Amino acid sequence: MEFINKNLPYILAGISLGGQYALISIGYTMVYGILRLINFAHGDIFMFAGFAMVYLAASTPLYVSIPLVIIITVILGFLIERIAYKPLRSAPRMSVMISAIGVSYLLQNLAWYFTSGLAKQYPKIPWISGSITIGSATTPIVTIITPILTVLLVIILVMLIKYTKIGMAMRAVSKDFETSQIMGININSVISFTFIIGSFLAAISSILYFTSYSTVTPVAGAMPGLRAFVAAVFGGIGSIPGAVVGGLIIGMCENITKGLGWTTFSDAFTFALLIIILVAKPTGLFGEKTTEKV
Amino acid sequence: MLKITDLKVNYGGIEAVKGISFEVPEKSIVTLIGANGAGKSTTLRTICGLVKPAGGKVEFMGEDITGKDPTSIVSRGITLVPEGRKIFPNLTVLENLKIGAYLRNDDISEDLKWVYDLFPRLKEREWQLGGTLSGGEQQMLAVGRALMSRPKLMMMDEPSLGLAPLIVSNIFEIIKEVNRLGVTILLIEQNANMALQTADIGYVMETGRITLSGSGQDLMNNPDVKAAYLGT
Repeated sequence: MEFINKNLPYILAGISLGGQYALISIGYTMVYGILRLINFAHGDIFMFAGFAMVYLAASTPLYVSIPLVIIITVILGFLIERIAYKPLRSAPRMSVMISAIGVSYLLQNLAWYFTSGLAKQYPKIPWISGSITIGSATTPIVTIITPILTVLLVIILVMLIKYTKIGMAMRAVSKDFETSQIMGININSVISFTFIIGSFLAAISSILYFTSYSTVTPVAGAMPGLRAFVAAVFGGIGSIPGAVVGGLIIGMCENITKGLGWTTFSDAFTFALLIIILVAKPTGLFGEKTTEKV
Repeated sequence: MLKITDLKVNYGGIEAVKGISFEVPEKSIVTLIGANGAGKSTTLRTICGLVKPAGGKVEFMGEDITGKDPTSIVSRGITLVPEGRKIFPNLTVLENLKIGAYLRNDDISEDLKWVYDLFPRLKEREWQLGGTLSGGEQQMLAVGRALMSRPKLMMMDEPSLGLAPLIVSNIFEIIKEVNRLGVTILLIEQNANMALQTADIGYVMETGRITLSGSGQDLMNNPDVKAAYLGT
């Protein structure tokens, strides 16, 4: 019992951080599922949402700035795809990847330029910044809200993909661009829609994440982005449930290793775990099964 | 209905189609036969907008559709049953049919019933994933999916490829039946025998050019065609 009491805060924090990673990781996995592209700029979109909140909250009330942050982030994700990836649709995959790395550095450098590289204080959001006591553990409200919100958003997303017309089109496009076009599907709108969902979830995650970490820097998207990417690969890239489970495992690992007093090793442990899983199961936990018949 | 004038297409660095002209009259079955690499598939892919032509003109129902994007061409009533079926393996049979009607916003239940009447096997497998069907069933699904768009012109790329003879004759029966219901058919085949028996008009394509044309029956009796494509 004492062990649980002592570790409960870490476990709760782990679940919460895991939920935040999961939301970012869905963006990676969905874009990969459709374009077979690892969107290296995704972590920086997340960082950008953080700064957008810092500046917007300074001049507008939260009920305006939160929706505004989400909308701006979604527009950014949409524009990045249209400007940096769409013109390369028939180019080799490597070119698109280089373009993604370029966008990542561009966003980071723009952030350096506009903030002079200083860490900015993230605004306090009263509904989620407060504390709550569960058993013997006192924890910020955000650690409770994150998993609930994550589960809710994932359920909505899965329903959208499974039961709506656009969801069906997304699944079709992810398998075969050309045949999808013959069906009359506009693949560019489907791809844009995918980026919009990914950026929307990254914006939500950014609000939850930076509330717990209190400051934003131009490189603040790099590590969470990388860990969320690891989570996506871990869960089987292309699979949404995989991204969620992967996110939760990575988040838990990070916090439990910290709880055990090995803070300096937490990243090493996470990546070692990734290597072990990939050696044992190269397609990740929920990697795509192929049912194609030729 | 469909009129091709001096169509030229470059594909993969070579001139795959070197200025061909042909016509598909309304409610007919027209076939384009020829060996591998003659440019037949490229011609179909160009008509439905997947490949942009280097020159020439494609007219459909009096309207110039040259170089338009696939969405706008499909919405005019042209559909393609692609080579190798290309059904969506990760979608159920029902979803595959629904996606065929992607551009339609009206009620599709009538058409769904019609397709299931044509292919009762698909009804039985409604909830199965497309990828789990056999080759013949996949071809039925591909045809059913194309019909769901209520096409005026259905183009078919090698529908008999890789199928057992019994299923092939089944597919050709379906083609005739669909044609009787008012759908114009443009058919590409290596199985020249079957194709010419079914077609009203046939064209022979060789290395990017149309070398012969005539009614299906005439071509079947043509000694050159006999020697080259019918093996008799």
